[in-house]
Amino acid sequence: MSALPRVVLVDDHGLFRAGVRAELDGLVDVVGDVGTVGEAIDCVVEQEPDVVLLDVQMPEGGGAEVIRGVAPRRPAVRFLALSVSDAPEDVISIIRAGARGYVTKTISGPELADAVRRVAGGDAVFSPRLAGFVLDAFAGQEGAAPEVADDELDQLTAREREVLRHIARGYLYKEIALRLGISAKTVEAHVSAVLRKLQLSNRHELSRWAVQRGWTQ
Amino acid sequence: MVTVPETHPAPLRRDRSHAVVGGVCAGLARWLGVDALIMRVCFVVAAGVGGLGVALYAVCWALLPASGAGREGGTRIARAAGRRESWMVASGLVLLVLAVLLLFRAWGVWVGDAIVWPLILATGGGALIWRQSQGAEVVEPPERERARPGGGAARPRRVLRLARPSLGIVALGAALIVGGALVFLWLNGALELDRDVTLAVLVVVTAMTLILAPWWLRLARGLTEERAERIRTQERAELAAHLHDSVLQTLALMQKRADEPREVAALARRQERELRAWLNAGSRREAGASLAAALEAAVAEIEDAHGVPVEVVAVGDRRLDERAEALVAATREAVLNAVKFAPGAAISVYAEVRGDRVEVFVRDRGPGFDLAAIPPDRRGLRESVLGRMERHGGRVQIHTRPGEGTEVELVMAA
Repeated sequence: MSALPRVVLVDDHGLFRAGVRAELDGLVDVVGDVGTVGEAIDCVVEQEPDVVLLDVQMPEGGGAEVIRGVAPRRPAVRFLALSVSDAPEDVISIIRAGARGYVTKTISGPELADAVRRVAGGDAVFSPRLAGFVLDAFAGQEGAAPEVADDELDQLTAREREVLRHIARGYLYKEIALRLGISAKTVEAHVSAVLRKLQLSNRHELSRWAVQRGWTQ
Repeated sequence: MVTVPETHPAPLRRDRSHAVVGGVCAGLARWLGVDALIMRVCFVVAAGVGGLGVALYAVCWALLPASGAGREGGTRIARAAGRRESWMVASGLVLLVLAVLLLFRAWGVWVGDAIVWPLILATGGGALIWRQSQGAEVVEPPERERARPGGGAARPRRVLRLARPSLGIVALGAALIVGGALVFLWLNGALELDRDVTLAVLVVVTAMTLILAPWWLRLARGLTEERAERIRTQERAELAAHLHDSVLQTLALMQKRADEPREVAALARRQERELRAWLNAGSRREAGASLAAALEAAVAEIEDAHGVPVEVVAVGDRRLDERAEALVAATREAVLNAVKFAPGAAISVYAEVRGDRVEVFVRDRGPGFDLAAIPPDRRGLRESVLGRMERHGGRVQIHTRPGEGTEVELVMAA
């Protein structure tokens, strides 16, 4: 196996950072933990970790501000959102800001470490809830042809939809691959495609969520 | 006492603490930054010039609000104003205007009865109303009310109070102004048919503005502040009450049960769910009316009863009719089954509404089982899940294999 992924932990609750650090001990290499947006940007730019574990709601702009501050200078750094919030606008907004996945804070240590490894490897990490939100946001263009010819970015393919549905049902990637008779790599490709659409689409619901958080692009 | 709130840094005010007559000179002097004596000399000199100084003084006195504590044994006029005897102020002002107009006549600039009498009426009415409207102000409550025991965080409440005897005087003032306007119109012949409608409208509008403007200003300001303050206080109280009833109670319970991790986890989980529901109130569907809400409620009940976390993800939603209710009941049984046969394993419920079709998946990561090997009399699944669904035109499918967990698929095509 390759070396442990290097991780910077960003959360404004010190207690929580300490807890995550302890849980991830030996599973990943935590090279820094910081509590403010400004410190986070400095730390990530300096350390260049593989993955930043990012809280969504923090003072002074939250996780999205960290992504905006880091992305132009360190484009290789990947972000995984880790939050207690399960409000759709929070989830969708942080993904649209550039995070490659979203997990809730109740996730267990080994699961979190696994998610970090997958993000470090370039995959997207969708929790069942995030998959549900995405299906919701892209709902309503199945079957009947849309009145306006939607951009390719504005729709999910039947296969992507099927993959998301399985994630929402609680299946792991390799289980989905088995059930759908495709390879695990293909499943990952589908999820990455969904992530790209999520970040780039101008679909109404997505834009609305972004606007609500003041993140128009 | 005149209780004009001193909000602005250095406004033009009558200085009643240094008053000789009404405090006008002292106030002007302070505002201009000169000695009061200079102002007094100026006014006395001006009074010598055809009484101009007296008229000016009187106008200033009537229009400038008082500041400072005021001397207890002040002049008679000052005390009259202090008690807000508006009629005195008004009649004084009327006499003043009359005096000024008479002065004009003495100088040969007589403006004519058509202007003079309406003007005097309107002045009287206006004075009454403007003086009255100053009574509507925000007053601080008495000291003892603010100094509540242990009320360190309690903010002083501000009360909006209107001067009591205002209504009659205001009506009189309004009548005088309207009367003045009418007399003006009549004297100018504007009332005889519509000779000059524009003039008539203009005069009426001016009169109404004169009457209402002071209230608009004061009331608007006072009420906005008051309302904002009240809303803030209410929200705070509501939040405090909620935190107390829910979060603090739960934390206390958790401390007592600290040696029973399962129960602590269940308590925390329930509190989390409640808090989320409360935070999302408004954006969520109303409970009881929708399928997703009913599913969440059913699962929450199981979580509470068995202390097992169950994640629910719902995509789309629909009205809770009889068939949907059957689906919820079947889902409930399926989740209970998972709790029973996959102890300690993660359980997730996924529901999706697609057009007329509703699908629910209940998945656990427990040991799984050999479907062919279960005895046919296992009533849990047979009766409560399968029977329920089939009676309502739905179907059930179970995906399981030893070692791979179990998924119950419930489909209702309605």
